[in-house]
This record gives sequence, structure tokens and C-alpha cells, in this order.
Amino acid sequence: MSVETFEKILAEHPFFEGMRAEHVATLAGCVSNVKFDQGDYLFREGQPADRFYVVRFGRVTVETFAPTRGSIAIETVDAGDVLGWSWLFPPYKWHFDARAMTLVRAFALDGVCLRGKCERDPALGYELMRRFAQVIVSRLEATQLQLLDLYVSQP
Amino acid sequence: MTTGSTGGDGLLLEVAGLEALLAALRRHGYGLVGPRVRDGAVVYDTLGSVADLPAGWTDEQEAGRYRLVRRNDAALFGFGLGPHSWKRFLFPPSTVLWHARRADGGFEVVAETPPAAPLALVGVRPCELAALAVQDRVLLGGPWADPDYRARREALFVVAVHCTRPGATCFCASLGTGPRAPSGFDLALTEIPRPDGPAFLLETGTAAGEALAAEVPCRPASDAERREAESAVAAAAGAMGRALDPQAARGALGTAWESPRWEAVARRCLACGNCTLVCPTCFCSTVEDTSDLAGETAARTRRWDTCFGVGFSYVHGGSVRTSVAARYRQWITHKLATWHEQFGTCGCVGCGRCITWCPAGIDITEEARAVAGRSAGRGAS
Amino acid sequence: MSASLEEASAAVADAARSPDPMRTTPCRVRRVLRETADTFTLVLEPPGGSLGFAPGQFDMLYAFGAGEVPISISGDPGVPEVLVHTIRAVGSVTRMMQRLRPGDRVGVRGPFGTSWPVDLAHGHDVVVIAGGIGLAPLRPALLHLLAHRGLYGRLVLLYGARTPKDILFPRDLREWRGRFDVAVEVTVDRASPDWQGAVGVVTRLVDRAPFDPGSTLGLVCGPEVMIRFAVAALERRGVPSSEIHVSLERNMKCAVGLCGHCQMGPVFVCRDGPVFPYERVRPFFGLREV
Repeated sequence: MSVETFEKILAEHPFFEGMRAEHVATLAGCVSNVKFDQGDYLFREGQPADRFYVVRFGRVTVETFAPTRGSIAIETVDAGDVLGWSWLFPPYKWHFDARAMTLVRAFALDGVCLRGKCERDPALGYELMRRFAQVIVSRLEATQLQLLDLYVSQP
Repeated sequence: MTTGSTGGDGLLLEVAGLEALLAALRRHGYGLVGPRVRDGAVVYDTLGSVADLPAGWTDEQEAGRYRLVRRNDAALFGFGLGPHSWKRFLFPPSTVLWHARRADGGFEVVAETPPAAPLALVGVRPCELAALAVQDRVLLGGPWADPDYRARREALFVVAVHCTRPGATCFCASLGTGPRAPSGFDLALTEIPRPDGPAFLLETGTAAGEALAAEVPCRPASDAERREAESAVAAAAGAMGRALDPQAARGALGTAWESPRWEAVARRCLACGNCTLVCPTCFCSTVEDTSDLAGETAARTRRWDTCFGVGFSYVHGGSVRTSVAARYRQWITHKLATWHEQFGTCGCVGCGRCITWCPAGIDITEEARAVAGRSAGRGAS
Repeated sequence: MSASLEEASAAVADAARSPDPMRTTPCRVRRVLRETADTFTLVLEPPGGSLGFAPGQFDMLYAFGAGEVPISISGDPGVPEVLVHTIRAVGSVTRMMQRLRPGDRVGVRGPFGTSWPVDLAHGHDVVVIAGGIGLAPLRPALLHLLAHRGLYGRLVLLYGARTPKDILFPRDLREWRGRFDVAVEVTVDRASPDWQGAVGVVTRLVDRAPFDPGSTLGLVCGPEVMIRFAVAALERRGVPSSEIHVSLERNMKCAVGLCGHCQMGPVFVCRDGPVFPYERVRPFFGLREV
């Protein structure tokens, strides 16, 4: 896929909607096209967080492993969502596992490359940070609702 | 013998005439209930004759305070309202709605026969007539009607007594529900106290009332007697111990859901529900389902309930209104604000019972004013 | 007061013609279906056939000697010969009903209350958002929408359950998923290792669901907190709040607006609801203990 094609597809993704063309172009320079088969890990807990994913097809489960319980799914991320923000903050390590529940097609954006670009271009850094903040807030809100355990039978 | 009609010249009835009136009602098949002194209060109970009425009694009332005291005359209706309202005869504290019994592998439901025994209420104050009209709207005016209430209501004969003796907790004049009743009665009396026993100005309000009045010894009232009766009622209007502006209360309470006043009143309110039990318009009820030990028969009983109970708003998992503040807010907001939207009328008639019988002396007129006086608090519109 | 007295006496005359709303009718239990560990469905046969019902309405169900509970109707409005109720066993009456067997009797009063305004959606998309047992009162609406599929635009069901074992009506969900004319998304708050579906709260599904926000009717039922967040998610997508309808739960004893228990501000949830245009109840959603 050419950089121009990446640019076009990125610009159409909800996460990048309305972003300035030169910023999209900059991001497109850090993109690689990736594919995961069902059961593949996109990343593992503790590994260096050097990228984030723009999911284009399929479903990814974010999970952790407990010795007596096995893999515990915390949430799923679907086509249209972005996955991973640990690349933004030290120590740049993943806190959970991410596993493909289905065949997954995604763009991987190189976090090391992007961190450098953001340092040099604060406008891009702000734009990206603003969009990630929105994602983080909506996930946090969803997690808070999940914690309320709304459907449980009261004693 | 003379007959009169509403707004007509009026008739004069002596005590003997009142006795004859009670006898005539009984002759027509009416059971009689009216005010009697019992357990240190004027309550409504079965009436045998004029001798059962609280002759020479009156009362002192204030917030959280009620006591009977002697009058210096023999007035029969010279007292303020006691703890009972007539609600108990039309919407009894406990009513069996139906029975059920096991049959053919299932069960069958046997409806209770609606009570049809005609009842005459003797001594109904104008504020209580207003309460009756409110209950009619609540229990009969909606898409569903209460059959038990309907049966009792249709068999009713009302002898009103215009109010000449308001108490310190009364405020019907400010709500336009007294001290004089324009209608809603079959017969209405105005008591004219005399040293040798009271006389009564008698008005008729319905054809049934007129027919009954025709059986009672009376004479046309003189101008002086009519003026005396009128001025006694007019004086009552100016002698109310409390006042409430219903429109101001409605406006304020409809937007005061988060007023700090609720926490303040909750520190005093015991959530005992006395106010709802003495209120002549509170209609909330619950049902109890019971069965015998063998599980062969069952019954459903309707009982008065109170929005002050924590279980009142229970849904699976807990109650909606757990704090006393929320429960007091529900009661007063319903009574003075949301009642208008639900039934096209104020839920309060100004009888003042909730003030007198509150063990903490909480005053609905004072709370409504306090909430209206504060603009603090976000509210629903 | 005189005008009100005249109206009241007219009301006395009107009321004389209405039947006793408190009288329960024994109905034979045809089937008892186990849905989940704590939820079951009663299929009842009303004597003399059903009077019919509208999707979203509820009945008062009576267990002999034990008591009465409000239960929404979960059956197919196109099959009015039986009354279907899906019940969660959470109290003494519902636990007693869980032990019923075919041939037993249950007392029924109803149907009561307002219904989902499915006719308003002709020509528009419909998004149904259900949480937990909240799918039960929406099932008749879904069955109605599917039976009249041509009248509507896109149809979306977003359903959240606690765990995969708590998912109601799995047979229906499988069947609906097999259709190409309805988008069904099911999510759970807590997944089991074998769960292949979405994990997370149901409101997250709203963002990606395929519907046109400018021409959509939203129907929402579930716990009140979930309703608040689902409405917010629909509004974020651009669905006007005037196009959102919600079903509420309150304590109910009489079901006909006479006992006072179900009040929320000026509304009687039993009589003015349980299905409300969201805007009617919005003023009270942000307030506590109303």
C-alpha cells in the first residue's frame, strides 16, 4: 500500500476524522498494514509499547491472565476503534494482553516515530493527545459502568 | 312546614329539629356518623342521637398540640377538626378487596360485595367537603375508578356544618375551601349559639336534602338570624391561625427538588406518617395478600399506606426514597404541586390536621413558605 | 370548588361503568421455560382467550396467597392466545412463581400501561437498546418490528448482559442474527473464557451501530443508570431526545394510578408509563430519590 493510500484510509477512519491534512500525511509516514489470525496476540503485558493500532476489521480482546482463572477479558475493541495508549506514556510498556478474537486487519502506527514527531510539532502532539484523551475518557466511563455491575441481582 | 333551597331564605332549626332530622335520616335507611368525644378528642363515630354530639366542648390546637376544653355554652359544633377525617368511611383504613379459594386444580376469586348501606355524614366542615371533592377526582376521575369508593360515595348523604369555629392550625380561607361551603352537601347547617342551646340555620343543597328538610319541624329564619349566621361564618374567615398561598406554593415546590430546606426539615421529621393518616385527601394504599395455614383460601386486603415509609418506594434491590428529606419532599411536593398536574386541583384543603398532629410540630404552611423564599437549588421544570 | 364538584359527580357516573381493576383472573400455566439461572418464562392461557396487548405493556401477576408483582409482557403481540411473561426470581412472590408447573394457575390483571410507539418509526430506523432483564419488555416490540419489517428502515438491537450465562432469549437472538435485515450486537460486562462476543457495557455499542441518527427512533430499557448512559450515547450520535423512549420501573401495587406508589414527580409510572417519551421524564433523571 502506498503512503497516499494510507493517508486516504486514515482520513476516513473515525479516530482521525476532521484532522488537518498535513497531520494525516505525517501520521501516514509512520503506518504499516498488519494482519492477525484468530488467537494471535497483538501485544503482551510487559512488552515495550512502541505502537498503537487502528482496527479496520475484526475484534480484539483486551485481557489479563490470572493463575486460577486463566485469561480474563476486560473489553473488546472492534473495527472503527483504536487500540493502545501505553506508547504515549513512560515506561512505554503494555499493561494488558491484546488478542485477536477473529481475523483482524489493522494499521499499526509506530509510536517511537510518532513521539519524536509530536515533540517537534506540538500542534500535532496536541491534536493526537486530544483524540486519545477522548478515547481514554470514554473507555474509562464504560469501565466505570462495568464496575457498577448494573444487572446483578441485589441481595 | 316550609322548604328552602340553596341561596334561598333559609330555615331555622332548633335542637329538637336537629333530633328530628337525625331520626328522619335513620327512617330513610341511613346509618349515622358524626362527631363524638372519645379518648380526649373529637372523633367521627356512629351517632345515636343529638345527645352523642360534643355539646359544650371545644379544643385548643397548635403545631403538635391538641386538647379538649369546655365551652361556656352548649354549642354542638363549637369545636375544631379532630384527628379523624371522613375519609375513613369512604376509603376505609382496611378493606378486603376479594377472597380466593382453591378449586379444580387452580383457584377462583370471589369478589367482595361492595358496601351499599347508605350512610349519612353529620357535621361535615366545608374544608372536608372540599377534601371529598378531591378524593372524587383521585379515586373516580381517572381512567380507572375505585369500585369500593364508588359504592360508598353513591350511598352518601351529607349534612354539612359551615365553620364558625376555626382553629389555630386552620387555613381553609386562604385556599378558598371554607369556611363556607357553596355546594357539595345535601343539607347544610350554620350553628347560632344561644345561652339556652344552639339553633341552626338550615340550607338545602339537593333534591334529596329538600325532601328530607320537608320532614323536619322548622320555620323560616328571620333576617336577624340569617345575619347572625352569616357574620359568624364571616368572622371565622378572619380567625384562621394559618395561611397558605396555593399558587406560590405550587410554583416554588415544582422547582425546589434540591432545596436545602429538605435537609433542614428532615432533621425534625420523624417520618412517622401521622400527617398522611390524618390528611383527608392522602389516598396512598398498599395491598396485603394473605392465606390460611392450609393454603386453601386467600384474601387481598387494601390498607392505607404512607409515603413516609421507607418501603413505600421499594423496587427490587432497594428503595427509591431512602432519606427522610426525600420522603418529606415527596409528600409536600405531591400535595401542593404535582397534585395539580395529576388531578387538576390542589391536594391540600387547609384543614390543618397535619400541623396539629405532627409530633414534631412541622407546619406545612411554614415549609411551603420557606421553600418559596429560597431560590437556591437546581430543580426540574 | 363548585365546578370541580360538578366534574367529580360526572366522574362518579362515568366510573360506574368501568370494571373492577383490582380483580385478578386465574390463568392456567401452559409452559414454564428456564431462561437463565434466575430467570424463567411463564406461558399462560387466559380463559376465553387474550384481550391482546401492545408491546411494552405489563400485567400484575398473582401467586395464590403470596402476593402480586408487576411483570412486563414478553410474548409475541401477533400470538395473543397466550400471555408470556419473563420473570426474574428475586423476591418471595417471583421465587414462588419459579416453582410453578404446567397446569398450575396464576392470577392475571392487565394489560396495563403505555406501549412502545413503534408506529412513530414507520419509514425510519429503529435502535433498540436493552440491558439485562430489560430485553423482556422490548421483545414484543422487536417481534412486532420484524413482523412488519417492510415498514421500517434499518433495525438495530444492542443488548448488554452481565455474563454470557445471563443472556436472555438466546434462541431469538440466534434467529435474528441469522436475518440480514436486522443488526444484532450482544455484549457482556463479564466474559467467560469461551465467550466470542463483545465485552464491555452496552452503551459502547451505540457509537458504531449502523443507523441514521437524524431519522431514528430509540427504544431503551434496563437499569436506570444504564438508561441514562444509553440516552447520552444516542444523543452524542445525534439522535434528538424527542425520538428516544424509555421504560421505567417503580413500586406498583394497583397498576391503575390509584395507590400512589409509583410516582416520579407528577407521573404515575404504572398509568402514564412504563414507556415514556424520554423528554417527559428527563427533568427527574438527574435528581436523586425522586
